[in-house]
Amino acid sequence: MTTVKSEPKTAATASDELLRCEDVSLSFGNVRALVDVSVSLRRGEITALVGDNGAGKSTLVRCVSGIHRPDSGRVLFDGTQVDFGSPEDAREAGIETVHQNLALVEDLTVWQNLFLNREIVRRIGPVSFLDRKAMQTRAQEMVSTLAVNVPAVTSRVRRLSGGQRQAVSICRAAGFSSQLVIMDEPTAALGVQETARVEELILKLRDDGHAVLLISHNFAQVMRLSDQVWVMRSGRCVAGRRTAETTGEEIVALITGAQSA
Amino acid sequence: MANATLAAPDRDTWPTRLRDIGFWADWAALVGLIVLVVVFQAANPTFLSTGNIQSMLEAAAILIILGVGQTFVIATAGIDLSIASIMTLGAVGFGQAYSAGWGLAASCAVAVAASTLAGLLNGFVVARGKITDFIVTLGMLSAASGLALIVSNGKPVTVIEPALLKLSTNGIGILGWMFIIAAAVAIVAHVVLFHTRFGTHLLATGGSPESATAMGISTARIKIGVYAVAGLLAGLASILLVARVGAAEPAANTSFLLNSVAAVVLGGVSLFGGRATVIGPVIGALLLTALVNGLTLLGVSQFYQPLSVGIVVVLAAFLMRFQR
Repeated sequence: MTTVKSEPKTAATASDELLRCEDVSLSFGNVRALVDVSVSLRRGEITALVGDNGAGKSTLVRCVSGIHRPDSGRVLFDGTQVDFGSPEDAREAGIETVHQNLALVEDLTVWQNLFLNREIVRRIGPVSFLDRKAMQTRAQEMVSTLAVNVPAVTSRVRRLSGGQRQAVSICRAAGFSSQLVIMDEPTAALGVQETARVEELILKLRDDGHAVLLISHNFAQVMRLSDQVWVMRSGRCVAGRRTAETTGEEIVALITGAQSA
Repeated sequence: MANATLAAPDRDTWPTRLRDIGFWADWAALVGLIVLVVVFQAANPTFLSTGNIQSMLEAAAILIILGVGQTFVIATAGIDLSIASIMTLGAVGFGQAYSAGWGLAASCAVAVAASTLAGLLNGFVVARGKITDFIVTLGMLSAASGLALIVSNGKPVTVIEPALLKLSTNGIGILGWMFIIAAAVAIVAHVVLFHTRFGTHLLATGGSPESATAMGISTARIKIGVYAVAGLLAGLASILLVARVGAAEPAANTSFLLNSVAAVVLGGVSLFGGRATVIGPVIGALLLTALVNGLTLLGVSQFYQPLSVGIVVVLAAFLMRFQR
């Protein structure tokens, strides 16, 4: 198995910043899920978000991808303040999410999933018909440029392995000129080999110029892939480190609170 | 790292396909229809006579239309128990408009409008009220038949209209107008299901509502849409029913409800949603019609018909377990 080492390609400058959350807070009733969280991530980098269960990682990500709206604070994307009312708004702005459950429809084919709700249509008179050929061709291109493991685009997702499904979901997020791809535990359910393949995919995404925000419980993976790590604990962002300048032990200590930033 | 193997291609060769029980499960209705035709033809040679084929296609028309409507609903993992009652409501609406002297076209419009409205109401309550499909349409089953009784005061209206008589007796060659209408409905439904965004979103809604929502599809709008389609088709079926019976009756039509669900199940459409065809339920409807027709030809008592339909449906459902 190839080991995957990540190195920041260029020294990042402030202008490389793609996303910035400033003092984002969100409460659900009495539960303060996010308290004044400030994080940022840069173009062409993989940024990891780590923390214990319930630390607020997924909630923060949901604020960025338009599922939740922060109670206070600002989210800046590409230099402008954004306020997404729905996941569709976020997608239109160029933020794609690979959901933990992958959000694939098992009984539909690979190409149908890739183009779900973004179908290519041809108008004939007053009605729009699907351009199945165009979508299949495009899907084949998308899959073959990105995935290591190429499933036939006409096969149903039901027949794919866990890694292939992950590849399809990532492929969908990477297509359609997205700038930021958010991944929530992309390898949680995968075996060793499939994990390695998906990690290659994630690195390829970065090399193709996408910014990646990665939620992971796997410290070895975070150390392998990421350029920047943000640590969350009970709703707060407690520390940020360049991956090259930290160690797995330090991250664990920050997560558990044994070490304060 | 070694490139992984390509996913198994979907198209196998014929011998491999025939050995796969999944293939038989996918085509259960067609296989059943062929078996029935062979058996009935062997037992009674008049079964495949031109006249009998014509009358079977004619008799299947209403069930085909209802089955197509039911397919749309079941593909979203719902079920429309009210489809036959809505047809009754449509028929009664037709009868009232007709007896008030509104003429044929206006009466047809009333039938379709009343049924579509009832379907829309189903959809709104299911989608916006977030109540289970089963309960909502069970309520509508009762409400629509009740409304039909109230509006008609329980009395049938005789409809004597040359155009409707032609509809139920004439046609092109062996194909009667009613069957031609049903076939046209099926073709349009097939195109909608597989060649429009609505069709894809409908299958996605049935297959995985969470995924569909995550990709920005409004599952509520899809639900309202499919129930409206089911209502619309029930309205169309009600016109054919009036033409066939020659009267607009507030009768319950329970067997149409059961057979519409049976046709869909026979057609290999998953009751869990997400997998559907239109040709399957059409063949299912033809199979059920051929079954009843064949038994009648053989002189089997009418009492055995519901029993045989029940057995066939459960057998089909059993075979469906092996679907790929």
